[in-house]
Amino acid sequence: MLRLAVCLLAGLIVSGPAAAQTLRYGMMEDPDALDPTLARTFASRMVFAALCDKLVDIGPDLKPVPQLATSWELSPDEKALTMHLRPGVLFHDGEKLDAAAAKYSIERHMKLPGSQRRSEIAPIDSVDVVDDLTFRINLKQPFAPLLAQFTDRAGMMVSPKAAERLGDKFASAPVCAGPYKFVERVPQDRIVVERFPDYWNKDAIQIQRIEFRPIPDATVRLTNLRAGQLDLLERLAPTDVAQVKRDAKLKLDSTTELGFQEILFNPHKAGSPVSDPKVRAAFEAAIDRNAINQVVYNGEFLAGNQWVNPKNPNYVAEYPIPKRDVAKAKALLAEAGKPNPQITLTVYANSESPQVGQVIQAMTKEAGFDVKIQAVDFTTALDAADKGNYEAQLYSWSGRSDPDGNTFSFLACKAALNYPKYCSPEADAALQAERGTIDPAKRKAAWKTLADHVLTDRPGIYILHRKLLWAYSQKISGFVPYPDGLVRFPGLKLN
Amino acid sequence: MLRFLVRRLALAVPTLILASMIIFALQQLLPGDVATALTGEERDPQVIAFIREKYHLDEPLPVRYAYWAGGVLRGDLGESIRLQKPVSELIVEKLPVTLELACLAMLVALAIGVPMGVLSAVKRGQAADTIANGIALWGLSVPNFWLGILLILLFSVELGWLPASGYVSPFESLSENLAAMVMPAFVLGNAIAAVMMRHTRAAMLGVLGSDYVRTARAKGVSPLRVTLRHALPNAAIPIITLGALEFGQLLSGAVLTEQVFSVPGFGKLMVDAVFNRDFATVQGVVICTAATYIALNLAADLLSAAVNPKLRRA
Repeated sequence: MLRLAVCLLAGLIVSGPAAAQTLRYGMMEDPDALDPTLARTFASRMVFAALCDKLVDIGPDLKPVPQLATSWELSPDEKALTMHLRPGVLFHDGEKLDAAAAKYSIERHMKLPGSQRRSEIAPIDSVDVVDDLTFRINLKQPFAPLLAQFTDRAGMMVSPKAAERLGDKFASAPVCAGPYKFVERVPQDRIVVERFPDYWNKDAIQIQRIEFRPIPDATVRLTNLRAGQLDLLERLAPTDVAQVKRDAKLKLDSTTELGFQEILFNPHKAGSPVSDPKVRAAFEAAIDRNAINQVVYNGEFLAGNQWVNPKNPNYVAEYPIPKRDVAKAKALLAEAGKPNPQITLTVYANSESPQVGQVIQAMTKEAGFDVKIQAVDFTTALDAADKGNYEAQLYSWSGRSDPDGNTFSFLACKAALNYPKYCSPEADAALQAERGTIDPAKRKAAWKTLADHVLTDRPGIYILHRKLLWAYSQKISGFVPYPDGLVRFPGLKLN
Repeated sequence: MLRFLVRRLALAVPTLILASMIIFALQQLLPGDVATALTGEERDPQVIAFIREKYHLDEPLPVRYAYWAGGVLRGDLGESIRLQKPVSELIVEKLPVTLELACLAMLVALAIGVPMGVLSAVKRGQAADTIANGIALWGLSVPNFWLGILLILLFSVELGWLPASGYVSPFESLSENLAAMVMPAFVLGNAIAAVMMRHTRAAMLGVLGSDYVRTARAKGVSPLRVTLRHALPNAAIPIITLGALEFGQLLSGAVLTEQVFSVPGFGKLMVDAVFNRDFATVQGVVICTAATYIALNLAADLLSAAVNPKLRRA
């Protein structure tokens, strides 16, 4: 029996790794539909980075840089944006990217039933073709985050011919103008793309093929990288950083995310202690953000107290991270007349969120809180948030390059993601002000006003900013971490 | 025999209908629907409303069941809303993978479990029995996930003999296919082998003590022949039944093992579908699994009847 097993094993010894020019990219989840208009996950954005170029990209410093559009200008009243397209750009099906195709793509984002982009670019009124390579976007009102929206899926251009032919099945064979074209997708197994020979920046593309492989478990993902089954993986677990650093065959890179983790309250929950602002203030005073980072994330993440991280240029410096103060927390609870409030904290049932919950539970207990932790799956948590069926929830947002994407939908009265149903006329006015102009000084003042209200009203408490960690093989060179967590393939080499 | 077959088949239809109703109703107990799951963190209310309308999510439960059942009668299992692919296509894609993994795991389980069970029954109370029992206990208690990672660390990371994950179709390359399947099949088979061994041992002990075995021994039949020719066929019935049940369970997907080795089978499809409230996929997979379960039970009964003629009259 044993001899048989040994023979069998020996016979199965595999030949070396797959063709050297295939980059195998390990991802945490299987992407959703590969249609830039319908897609919603972070995972699909990773694949779009290979498939679909955008009008504008961001640099590592978050500033907009030209991609499919080479230049743009905003009218003095900030209500019209004229964009000039790069000449000679082709879609993967050989169709030309011209102003008409750009108009088609933007209108598709605006109008396709089920479009996830519609709300992102809602202030767009119409798109006019000016000449072959120039188009003008007319806005209903000034909208500062527009350019930032075009650095993401709303700025991705699709081939009108393919989109017309495939309709809402475009995701089955997406045709864009990125460095790689779609080859095949086996759900939950792999997505394969191949170098597009007519790409506008083809000289910068060295790697022939990319295979995206969803492997949800972080340990398994790392084991595959170490076994040479993957060349690159995203979202390395912070607790595995030391292991990667010890391995001479691997490299590590990281960047602080654009998003945040927060404890979201539901002040409208009947009979709940969190409806009292003093209780929320006491909760914040009772927690030590750095301790959460140290205990759960080995200190790899970044503590924070605002919608952008403390290193971001838009961070409101007047409000630094408050220190933990148990005495103050106790005093606030006494003032509120609730020395031992009971609060149920909902967390995602993954490997880390319940731990964050436990650290919070232990810290707030010292101030008199009695926190119960309820771990549920992502959809259940969303449903509870939607229906106002929660008391406090540990919530994460992946973040956008313009701070408007981290604030407006969460804090404006009646906005879609405003789960605490927060509504402050002053905060609302500040949000309208930051949206209404691209003037940096005016926007800065608006962020300060917003912080004045949100950080004292506390519909939620911002606690952490995750770091996006990549581990990859020594064979890879030219890797540059970008704060949006997406890999840029031009310049990337696999030896 | 034919009547037996027809009766069992006739019973299968209401069983399937009932199973589909129960799973349909159970899914409604989950908080949130596919529109919540699909729109994710961005949650545009217009998009949620659009998805609910498009997939009839706002209709009452019986109406939605009727939509689904109507589709099934026309041979349409519906569409996976998340993956935007017909469920039948997904099943056709994943079933062969799961089937292969299940067969290989069963092979491992039988190859280890049955001989070990026979050995420990024949050598009852001796060292071989104790060792076999020890191994079985280990097999039962070792978590699949942990064993899988250890095997990957040894055979893929340290020795570099086997791929750590992935699946290659046997039609593309049989050797690569087997190389990718050997570890997951061993991990899955290992746990079942332990159960097999315990059951084989118990069944063999019962048979070895019976009169006809004693008579055979008295007539001077060799111990090996007594064990294999006289005792084992009679002890085989509970083993076959157990094998069919375990096999059915393997077919519903081995979630953890599939996760560790990134095998794109039913388990991963199902878990993902549940988390995304992709009810058409869940329904399709459950129906498919339930049908295989029923077929396997039927096969086990027929096989038992073939092995033991006494059962044919029942």
